[in-house]
Amino acid sequence: MNVILIASDLLLGAGMLFVLTGAAGLYRLPEFFTRTHAASITDSAGAGLVLLGLLLRVEDLATGLRLLLILLFLMFTSPTASQALARSALDDGLRPLVRLGKRPR
Amino acid sequence: MTAFHPINIALFAILVITALAIARIRQLFAAAMLSGLFSLACACIFVLHDAVDVAFTEAAVGAGMTTVLFLCTLALTDSREKSTPPRRSVPAALAALLTGAALIYASADLPKFAAADTPVQQHPLTERYLRDSATEIGIPNVVTSVLASYRGYDTLGETVVIFTAAIAVLMLLGRTAHAKTSDAVMSLHTRHRVLRVVTKLLVPFILVFALYVQFHGDYGPGGGFQAGVIFASGLILYGLVFGLEAARGVAPVRVLRRLVAAGVLIYGGVGVATLVAGGAFLDYDALDPGHPATGQHLGILLVELGVGITVAAAMLMLFLSFAGRRDAR
Repeated sequence: MNVILIASDLLLGAGMLFVLTGAAGLYRLPEFFTRTHAASITDSAGAGLVLLGLLLRVEDLATGLRLLLILLFLMFTSPTASQALARSALDDGLRPLVRLGKRPR
Repeated sequence: MTAFHPINIALFAILVITALAIARIRQLFAAAMLSGLFSLACACIFVLHDAVDVAFTEAAVGAGMTTVLFLCTLALTDSREKSTPPRRSVPAALAALLTGAALIYASADLPKFAAADTPVQQHPLTERYLRDSATEIGIPNVVTSVLASYRGYDTLGETVVIFTAAIAVLMLLGRTAHAKTSDAVMSLHTRHRVLRVVTKLLVPFILVFALYVQFHGDYGPGGGFQAGVIFASGLILYGLVFGLEAARGVAPVRVLRRLVAAGVLIYGGVGVATLVAGGAFLDYDALDPGHPATGQHLGILLVELGVGITVAAAMLMLFLSFAGRRDAR
């Protein structure tokens, strides 16, 4: 029982770390695409790990199923939103500062 | 929970910061997104106060629907706020200061945050609803009993307000010609493959969830208002990704127009039916003489259905009218 609680704490802590990382990245990173990447980490890794941590603390099946559904929904929507955002920016002519295989100028 | 619980402080801080940011920011797209955030924080506060039904509505209408309508409007107009010359903003600042001062002065008379001895909590009617609704109405969610049965008149009035709003918007915006879909939207259709696939996956689930909220409102949080907005948002998502033509194919405006009226008619019809059955207007006990609980169940179910139909159709019509103007331009 205690092991499960410790695992849950670890997952929650890791999730919060990712949320903070995302927030810091949103502030500090230089341009749109890297910032979008940072923001998407908050949703996918951050919220995902927090939900997993909460799943370990669930006491009845109904709550667990709901958390699982939220997790599933988040795994579908959040990457899609980031991808759509980045794609729209590319379509609008915005280009990343750093290209693959090239050094930043 | 005390007023100085960290989560309360955090949520109220988010509210204040968001409000200040909305006032300061000049990019209206960002302001629209921030207003969505404001609603979401409000919804969280409502949940902490155990007002789950209100939170549900706030999240669906404030964070979801209103943001979409804001963005549709911004697509029609300029997305940057014009700066007002300082001379002209003096009266506005004065008005804002006076209103703010009056509100702060009035807030001294409000009961303490989360106090248990407020007039609302101590009024005998509260006690009566909580004690007797289980036997009189027979459904677990007291909010639904109060909303749809005890105060059925009020809710009928609210439904008529939504109906009137839909009619008004239709009169102002509805007469635009259906032009061809613009290039920007077309590129969305052809290039955003991931978005299209995920939307196709999600829309059925959103619609089923709306139906669950609609018909589970007697037992858990939810009901016609929330369900209508969620149903509409599912179809709006479809329209945003696959184009207005596709959305109009699913929900043609002439059908929506009839549905907006049909919902109000169902609601009022239940009232007339109770009159014919010998009861008072919207007194569902009369629907099944001898079995008040069955009558109440039936009445609430039908009335909520009417609300749901009107809200869903009205929201869809608002979206189609706003977004349709952009296409027509």
